Amino acid sequence: MSREQQAVARARKAFETGRSKSVEYRINQLKNLQRLFSERQKEIAAAIKKDLNKTEVGAQFYETLGLEGEISLFIKNLKEWAAPRHVKKNLLTMSDTVYIHPEPLGVVLVIGAWNYPWAVTIRPLIGAIAAGNAAVVKPSEVCVHTSKVMEDLLPIYIDKELYPVVTGGVPETQELLRQKFDHIFYTGNSTVGKVIMEAAAKHLTPVTLELGGKSPCYIDKNCDISIACRRVTWGKYSNCGQTCIAPDYILCEPSIQNRVIEEVKKCIKEFYTDNPKTCPDYGRIINQRHFKRVMAMLEDSNIAVGGENDESDCYIAPTVLRDVKPEAKVMQEEIFGPLLPILPVSSLDEAIKLINKGEKPLALYVFSPDNKVIERMRDETSSGGFLANDCLVHYSVSALPFGGVGNSGIGCYHGKFSFDRLSHLRGCLVKKLKMEGVNDMRYPPHTLKKLGWARFFILNTVDVGWVGRMALLAALVMVAAVVIQVI
Amino acid sequence: MESQSQVLERLRTAFESRVTIPEKFRRTQLTNLMSMIKDNEEQIVNALHKDLTKPKFEAILSEVEIVMNELHCALSNLTSWMQPEYVSKNLATKLDECFVRREPLGVVLIIGPWNYPMQLLIVPLIGAIAAGNCVVIKPSEVSAATDNLITELIPKYLSKDCYAVVRGGAKETQALLKNRFDHIFYTGSQAVARVVLQAAAVHLTPVTLELGGKCPCLIYGRVNATAAAHRLVWSKFFNAGQSCVAPDYVLCSKATCDALVPALRQVLEDFYGSDIQKSPDMSRIVTPKHWTRLMGLLNRTKGKVVVGGEHDEKDRYIAPTVVVDVAEDDALMEEEIFGPILPILTIESLEESIKLTKTKEKPLAFYVFSDESSVVKKVLENSSSGGFCSNDGIVHMALPGLPFGGVGNSGFGHYHGHWGFEAFSHQRAVMLRGWALEKLNALRYPPYSDEKLSWHSYLT
Repeated sequence: MSREQQAVARARKAFETGRSKSVEYRINQLKNLQRLFSERQKEIAAAIKKDLNKTEVGAQFYETLGLEGEISLFIKNLKEWAAPRHVKKNLLTMSDTVYIHPEPLGVVLVIGAWNYPWAVTIRPLIGAIAAGNAAVVKPSEVCVHTSKVMEDLLPIYIDKELYPVVTGGVPETQELLRQKFDHIFYTGNSTVGKVIMEAAAKHLTPVTLELGGKSPCYIDKNCDISIACRRVTWGKYSNCGQTCIAPDYILCEPSIQNRVIEEVKKCIKEFYTDNPKTCPDYGRIINQRHFKRVMAMLEDSNIAVGGENDESDCYIAPTVLRDVKPEAKVMQEEIFGPLLPILPVSSLDEAIKLINKGEKPLALYVFSPDNKVIERMRDETSSGGFLANDCLVHYSVSALPFGGVGNSGIGCYHGKFSFDRLSHLRGCLVKKLKMEGVNDMRYPPHTLKKLGWARFFILNTVDVGWVGRMALLAALVMVAAVVIQVI
Repeated sequence: MESQSQVLERLRTAFESRVTIPEKFRRTQLTNLMSMIKDNEEQIVNALHKDLTKPKFEAILSEVEIVMNELHCALSNLTSWMQPEYVSKNLATKLDECFVRREPLGVVLIIGPWNYPMQLLIVPLIGAIAAGNCVVIKPSEVSAATDNLITELIPKYLSKDCYAVVRGGAKETQALLKNRFDHIFYTGSQAVARVVLQAAAVHLTPVTLELGGKCPCLIYGRVNATAAAHRLVWSKFFNAGQSCVAPDYVLCSKATCDALVPALRQVLEDFYGSDIQKSPDMSRIVTPKHWTRLMGLLNRTKGKVVVGGEHDEKDRYIAPTVVVDVAEDDALMEEEIFGPILPILTIESLEESIKLTKTKEKPLAFYVFSDESSVVKKVLENSSSGGFCSNDGIVHMALPGLPFGGVGNSGFGHYHGHWGFEAFSHQRAVMLRGWALEKLNALRYPPYSDEKLSWHSYLT
């Protein structure tokens, strides 16, 4: 048996012991995870610094703070989320109990990404644990140091049989994908997303795919351009542009292009100093392969700001490109780097048309003081999420579902959405063997009279309070008595 | 005759013109669909009788009324389903508007099966229309009369630009699957489901799979054998056992089996008379091929036939049959039976029975008959299945408040009522921020500091 097979088999065995069924057990595991973040901040930060050149504050802000908040939310609400959820009944099931029973799926595979390794690997894991599953965690091998820290620390804090960490590259991931899982949760790009879905098809395994795309950002010429550009600059260059919901490119009228460039330039200086290379708050491209990929995109566009780079350091300065055309290299795939192309468009119409030519993105941004503009943009486009007048922050609202549509993904999560996504919501009808007379009307031999009664009883839903229910039940019993005589 | 790609192009153009977005349009289409069923009830019943020899009662109950119920549910609730759902925010976003908006996915594909050819095609269609999509409808060619009827009626009642019926067998379906859809809803077998999923993976298309499995029926503890027999017979032999949620096999103790068999025999006579083949209330097997498959299982079983066993190839008839002394590795335990054969496995303890069900794939439904609520609770908590029903069969799927779908090999995703609307919608997170309080935003901008960080954790 391969190492991957063993981890999955052990996880399944641990799941079958039933110990993750109790809500108390799940809450304990989540509390342990909480302790990991409060006790090991230094090691986590040191690894992230090596992988992505984030400062300790940056790491907390972008990675672990959100997780700690999520864990608290889960601990507070898990009992309620895991409890049976009662639903409407019809007349014939008045005296029965009808509810949805949330249950674990079994063994979930969580495949993380490298750009916010803790956030995108642990957040799904929180959902998996909370829903009572076992989970095999496969951190991205691209963030070498962080995946080592995950491999070392997770087994110390949480149940190492139920939640094993399996590290490795492509061959190890392929071996994992040969095993049977009850759900596969993948964060990454759409090319690998297709491979995952195909592997899942063999075992009829449902998937959640958190992918990406080119998230457009439309800036209305009538908005407060200075504030808009501050928010866009922050959204774009955080993590050196390596964010699945970063504003990928800007669409605006030619008349404000220069102003936009000026404002972004100002904000870059304010956030990252005159020399971002020496600024501790500015990140790096994850590795040389991606460095080359992003640099190649500059080929056929005009650089308005930045452009400086250093391959040995995987450094690319915060860069703005002007007068970019839709056919340019930088517009052919998700940038995932610190290049901000500006495409001049003559109107909102043209902007919407251009956006709809592309695949549905994970996020869509519009900056405008005019609600009509915002509504048009929202109504005439499709995207995972939509945010007006800012960037990224919709991610932080746990009550909002976070996920893509079309090429940007399948399924959503965060907060209760994670819990529901990684649960099986089992429909339950608990009847008694009484009131058999009422059932009579559905049994053969069939008569037209019975059919009439069945049509009435079986198919009307009722939603009344307890007193109403009892009254209706009494009426039902009387009617049933009559009906039985009559049939 | 339009080619498949022409049909798809037409539907996509219609979707992009945004004609399906307004509530009024969706209501009109759903109302027209309701008229279609009402105006043509007799033809529907006749087509179902032609395909499956479905008794009129079964056809009305399980193919007409259940569809009408779903239509009523959709029409009554469409307005509220389409409303934005406001959500709770954190301190930092208190002044913003945060809501979830349900949006149509685009052009979706619904592939129907042959066993309830109206219900299992039209109920998903209701969800798809309500959610504002354009729909390609692919009825099963196996239930040929219903396929013909649907092909004739849909363009008469629904917008031809937005909803199209595509016909054919395996070859045409495979060709259809090469196209890009925004969602595929498939009801049928696991083997074909794998093909559907593989085709969907090419385009990253989300899928709903409504499959089947061997739905176990455990009978333990104190049991009113007569009442249980009534409900078991009704749910097992409805549609001649060709239901994805029919109780597939029974597990019980020897004593229960001994009490159950005569009760089953009596109920069968009460329901269908002494010559069941002559009763108008018993369906037939859908095709000769399926009849042969079922007879093959019956011929290979090492169990004892104690009720029924009669058959007639020309009539595609198999009598409601009960087989006892069936072992775990019997032919009848290999695959989903999907026919009027009920194997009873004698297992003395409830625990052993539960253990056996755990060795099998997760089914679409799980049944337990018992007057003891502790038995019901034990089974519920130690099993996994799409849905669960105690002391009855099938009826849990008629409740639009319950999500109807499978888990594991019985499928994923669910529908019925509001769940159908959600299955065909994209839940888009929308956040509308204001321009004020930019100073508050400054907490998140570089240069980063510990102080800014603590403020931020407080606010979020």
